[in-house]
This record gives sequence, C-alpha cells and structure tokens, in this order.
Amino acid sequence: MSWIQLFFYVFAVLAVIMALMVVTRRRAVHSAIFLILTFLCFAATYVIMDAELLAAIQVLVYAGGVVGLIIFVIMLVGAEEREVKQAHGQWLIAAFVALLLVVEVAFVVVGTLWNPTGALASKMVPAGGNTEALGVVLYTTYLFPFEVASILLLAAMIGAIVLAKHKLER
Amino acid sequence: MIPLGHVIIFSLIIFAIGVVGALSRRNVFIVLMSIELMLNSVNIALIGISSAVGNLVGQVLAIFIITVAAGEAAVGMAIVVALYRNRFTVNVDSFNLMKW
Repeated sequence: MSWIQLFFYVFAVLAVIMALMVVTRRRAVHSAIFLILTFLCFAATYVIMDAELLAAIQVLVYAGGVVGLIIFVIMLVGAEEREVKQAHGQWLIAAFVALLLVVEVAFVVVGTLWNPTGALASKMVPAGGNTEALGVVLYTTYLFPFEVASILLLAAMIGAIVLAKHKLER
Repeated sequence: MIPLGHVIIFSLIIFAIGVVGALSRRNVFIVLMSIELMLNSVNIALIGISSAVGNLVGQVLAIFIITVAAGEAAVGMAIVVALYRNRFTVNVDSFNLMKW
C-alpha cells in the first residue's frame, strides 16, 4: 500500500466520522463547524484523485462561502432549540430509508471488494495542468451549460434577496 | 492505486449519512447541511469516475453541481430567514402551512 493510498483511506474515514458528527450534534453551530472539517477532508481526497482545481473550489466555495453563509444565518436567527427531542415524528420512515441505503451499500461493497476493477489512473495530468485542461473543456464543449449556470446563479441571487427582504414596498 | 469501488463506497456512505440527517433531524439548519453532504457525495463519485475513466467531463459536471449547491444554499437560507420571521422557530415540524 503506497502512501497516497494510505492518505486516501485516512481522509475518507475522517470525512465519514465528521459527517456523522454533523448529523448527530445537538447544536447547529457545532454541526456547521464539523461540516467545514468534512469539506476539508473532501478537498484532500479530491487532490488525491487528481482534481486539484476542484479541491481549491471546494475549500473556497464550500468551506468558505456556503458554510460561512449558514453560520451567518444561524447567528442571525439565533434560535437554538432547547428541547430534548431532536428527531422528529417521521423517524420510522427515515429508519426505513436508511435500511434500504445500508442494503445498497452492502450490495456495492460485496460486489466490489472481491473483484476490484477500474483502478484510478495513476497520473492523468495533461500539459498545462488540471486547471488549464478543465478550462478548455468548460469554455468550448460546455459553454452553453456554463452560461445557463450563470443565469441560474443570477436568479438564485435575486430570489434570495426578494425572499429575505423584510417587507416588499408596493 | 485506489480501486474505483472504494471511492464509490465512500460516496455512498456519505450519501446515506446525508439522507438520514435530512429525514430525521428537526433543526432546519441541520437538514440543509445534510442536503449539502448529499450533493458533495455525488461530487466525490463523479471525480472518482472521471479519474478512473481518464477524461475531465466528470469534473466539469462537478463544477456545475457546486454552482447549483451554492444557489440552493443561498435560497434555502433566505427561506429559513423568511420562515423564522413568520413562525419564530427553526423546528421543521412547525412548518406545516402547506400540509393537507
């Protein structure tokens, strides 16, 4: 087992533990802090999987932007639930769906652990690096979806402003 | 190197954790964070498959998913603020205005 492989498994196990902490913590602020740690572990695994640009985007956009926004709103709303009961009435449905997912995970584990095929390519870094190659693909073949994504972001921004405004002036 | 199946298992476990969190927690912030976890698990699977196949299309798709997730977080937080202004709680059980 090489060092890179060892680091992948270390960061994967850390990410799973941190994700479990996100779901089980009582206070939302603690969950948000653990969510940042989860996203940093994800970024580490992206680097190991030869996606350096996406690792940087993961740190900047998710760990910096999205979780920062979530923490801002938690502080702004300031409503920590003091109740003892944390899981709500549909826990039976949640348990059923979780059981289905556990069966699915077990199926995949049994299917892949005994005959592992399709190992990750050792090196697929093109000339100019990951960022340049990704930019060429993004701005030539996928130019139209890129523009659609920009329109989507604009619509989300306007929608968020309209929703969060205190009162609409008429 | 790392087998692709292990990456898929990692992604599936994160997705399952996200589903359970989104379905079983009462705090609306933790529900939204679980949805972010699910979106990220899809990114892990896409990047792993992209690295195994050897082209960059999976990474481009992951960039679009990150875009959609950022927009979803912004709109979701705005909805939470608007709901809190009306109901004065972040408990999902009390948001039953549209329940039949």
